[in-house]
Amino acid sequence: MSRTLIRGATLVDGTRGDLLLDDGRIAEIGSVTDAAGATVIDADGLLALPGLVDLHTHLREPGFEQSETVLTGSRAAAAGGYTAVFPMANTSPVADTAGVVEQELRLGEDAGYVTVQPIGAVTVGLAGERLAELGAMAASRAKVRVFSDDGLCVWDPLLMRRALEYVKAFDGVIAQHAQEPRLTEGAQMNEGALSGELGLRGWPAVAEEAIIARDALLAEHVGSRLHVCHLSTAGSVEVVRWAKARGIRITAEVTPHHLLLTDDLVASYDARYKVNPPLRTAEDVEALRDALADGTIDIVATDHAPHPAESKECEWDAAANGMVGLESALSVVHEAMVETGRFGWADVARVMSAAPASIGSLAGHGHALEAGAPAELALYDPEVRAEFGVGSLAGRSRNSPYLGSTLPGRVVATFHRGVPTVLDGQVRPADEVAGGARG
Amino acid sequence: MRHLLSTRDLGREQAIELLDIAEDMAAVQQREVRKLPTLRGRTVVNLFFEDSTRTRVSFEAAAKRLSADVITFSAKGSSVSKGESLKDTAQTLQAIGADAVVVRHQASGAPQTLATSGWIDAGVVNAGDGTHEHPTQALLDAFTMRRRLHGDASRGRGLDGARVVIVGDVLHSRVARSNVWLLDALGAEVTLVAPPTLLPVDVSAWPARVGYDLDAAIDSGPDAVMMLRVQAERMHAAFFPNSREYSRTWGLDDARFARLPRTTMVMHPGPMNRGFEIAASAADSAQSTVLEQVANGVSVRMAALYLLLSGEREEAA
Amino acid sequence: MAVRPVLQQADIERALTRIAHEILESNRGADDLVILGIPTRGVILAARIAEIIRRIEPNAPEALAGSLDVTMYRDDLSHTRTRTPAPTDVPVGIDDRTVVLVDDVLYSGRTIRAALDALADIGRPRAVRLAVLVDRGHREFPIRADFVGKNLPSAASERINVHLREVDGEDGVSIEGGVR
Repeated sequence: MSRTLIRGATLVDGTRGDLLLDDGRIAEIGSVTDAAGATVIDADGLLALPGLVDLHTHLREPGFEQSETVLTGSRAAAAGGYTAVFPMANTSPVADTAGVVEQELRLGEDAGYVTVQPIGAVTVGLAGERLAELGAMAASRAKVRVFSDDGLCVWDPLLMRRALEYVKAFDGVIAQHAQEPRLTEGAQMNEGALSGELGLRGWPAVAEEAIIARDALLAEHVGSRLHVCHLSTAGSVEVVRWAKARGIRITAEVTPHHLLLTDDLVASYDARYKVNPPLRTAEDVEALRDALADGTIDIVATDHAPHPAESKECEWDAAANGMVGLESALSVVHEAMVETGRFGWADVARVMSAAPASIGSLAGHGHALEAGAPAELALYDPEVRAEFGVGSLAGRSRNSPYLGSTLPGRVVATFHRGVPTVLDGQVRPADEVAGGARG
Repeated sequence: MRHLLSTRDLGREQAIELLDIAEDMAAVQQREVRKLPTLRGRTVVNLFFEDSTRTRVSFEAAAKRLSADVITFSAKGSSVSKGESLKDTAQTLQAIGADAVVVRHQASGAPQTLATSGWIDAGVVNAGDGTHEHPTQALLDAFTMRRRLHGDASRGRGLDGARVVIVGDVLHSRVARSNVWLLDALGAEVTLVAPPTLLPVDVSAWPARVGYDLDAAIDSGPDAVMMLRVQAERMHAAFFPNSREYSRTWGLDDARFARLPRTTMVMHPGPMNRGFEIAASAADSAQSTVLEQVANGVSVRMAALYLLLSGEREEAA
Repeated sequence: MAVRPVLQQADIERALTRIAHEILESNRGADDLVILGIPTRGVILAARIAEIIRRIEPNAPEALAGSLDVTMYRDDLSHTRTRTPAPTDVPVGIDDRTVVLVDDVLYSGRTIRAALDALADIGRPRAVRLAVLVDRGHREFPIRADFVGKNLPSAASERINVHLREVDGEDGVSIEGGVR
């Protein structure tokens, strides 16, 4: 049984302390004197954060293993300080049955780097026509609680209403990809002054805001829980703020890239910046940061979307949407929220760990670091500032918009169930991680 | 000039230099021997992912009259339409040893991607990309206007004070975009007239006035009226109720043409929908520059190829 | 760098007058004569020579001088910065006439080589002659001038500056640089 003593880490409240990890739990915290047989890690100057939880990940397996697998995506997650991820259902076959979600769960357990908690599809084959077997997926060994057709909007209002109602039976939540399909046919970038100039088909903010408003009213009407994926506009923030003030059970997420990057990057026609929803304006970025700070937006989720090189090295229209984000998320939030004075580290822990675990009803994650809590944590060096390069990526794909730019901070170590998955900034070999978790 | 991707990148001086060189090229077109040895031994590839016989032939003529070797690579029926990527195609052209690539592509920005990707060393000329730009078309339009306005005294001049009205599907028009930037650089005043559905949602930053009233624009007595082609596929996508209403409201019909001053140029990038956006009487009148535009296209493209392929590759490193 | 004047305004005037006489003598008058300058200063010199010829032969035709741009015929287009071409203006057809090409300085001969190609695309002259204000040597082609204002042996490291009042405000030829 592995015992690890983390010596002299800084906790999110600013105090310093030791953490003794034993048998997958935090055995002691504070000033640890008796640590016989423990591996000692010097954490002087490092921040101890609860293991991060990503409510929005694409692991691509089964079906798109050339982009990512559960194993490679788990390694990318660990490299970013994550200990749990929720993979989206748009695999092939689609995760719309108990069989597929259980397979993903097992692949995650075999990999051993993070808890892989599958998300189930809302509709069969993401086709938006018939409800998938939501109950069977909830009752399966994967215990699915989050359902989403992400990548596609559950557009049919009646189907959306039924889904919201149906998952109440097991306290599930529908995570909506808010995109009015008719208003975004062929859309390539944020609709505004720049889209007109570049001759790229626009993706208007109203296409997101109208669906969020509709869904909020539906959730209110049927008394259900609604989660909104990747909010991207100032208008969406206003709608969610209004819905929360009304007492509607709505939660919202924002991606790291929507907190940092703006649509003017598209002028390069460099498809690394192509993502859905698209990068928006500087005003939208400001509104999203403020909304995350005041609690209107509940969580940060990566929308980690790996793609092979050929899907990005091409003309803009033909390129795939999406960016990888697990490895860079914490640094981007650091830059967008901490360095701008909006967040302390306790806030970071809330929006990247506690709140997403709570929305996803995931036990064993998101706990504050205290004696008796599961040993899910990350050590982060907030003082360094370095170029984000290909070496910083740990998954199978390289479609990061940050390659070549400088970002603050670095994940030095990650522990999942007390086992180090990352040490000295390096992802640990798969056999040692899997062996450690079983042992 | 390393590439010609957009008229936005052209300053007034550079644009006038190109138009002046086009004057020299036009003079050569009047000689018995219409060919120049300038680009002997250089290879120009016409890479057309989208059908456009007119533009392709114009570029071919331009390259051949400068003695370049011309290779035409048409996407229709080639491996491009079978999923070969822009990158693979570019690398093939690199291996062939292309010095310049003239590219027409249905995706906005594809020429820029080709120019900046590092897949190819050749200079890139944008021959129309998606709904973005068509810089040589705007240059030939400006050349045509300058000649009509200033005749033999054109050299060295811009289009200062000329009033140009561009009418029609601005939203989907690469010709309109290239013209707006270029005409502004040359000192002309541009007015866009279109149904609101066929204008980009935010054109406040464009150096152009925007209106919905073609009659008012006609009665202002402009120096040139440029009619844009309306593609058939717009007819059924709720941009306007039907072709009859469009034609009645935004077409240059006989009555509107008759109200124009006799000196106003009637322009069209072609191919025209006669009787729809433009009446035959206007298209075939002495005021129409349609055929001059075609002839001038060769001269302007010769000038562009000359500027692209002469001089040291100072930015190539 | 040292600048050494070699020709003053009066020297240039005399040289051009002599060239004009020599042209008339070899052509036996001004009939069927076309004098084409190579831009920029060759054009000015051609105009001055034509003017002198008309003074000597008042019956000489009005349309005597013009310009011949050779930019598009050069062989060094990808070796130097982009050159902006100048207009070509040939006053009459050159077929079966005697064309006198005029340039300010004859050096490698490459410009004249380009000019001969350019002429061939315009027509078929009976004869082509070459007049230059300065011949500085260092030929790279089998080309020589028929009429020379001044032979000026020079080192390759030196620069010959020709100033003409129409574009430079004053007349004068000087040598610049080199080790002497």
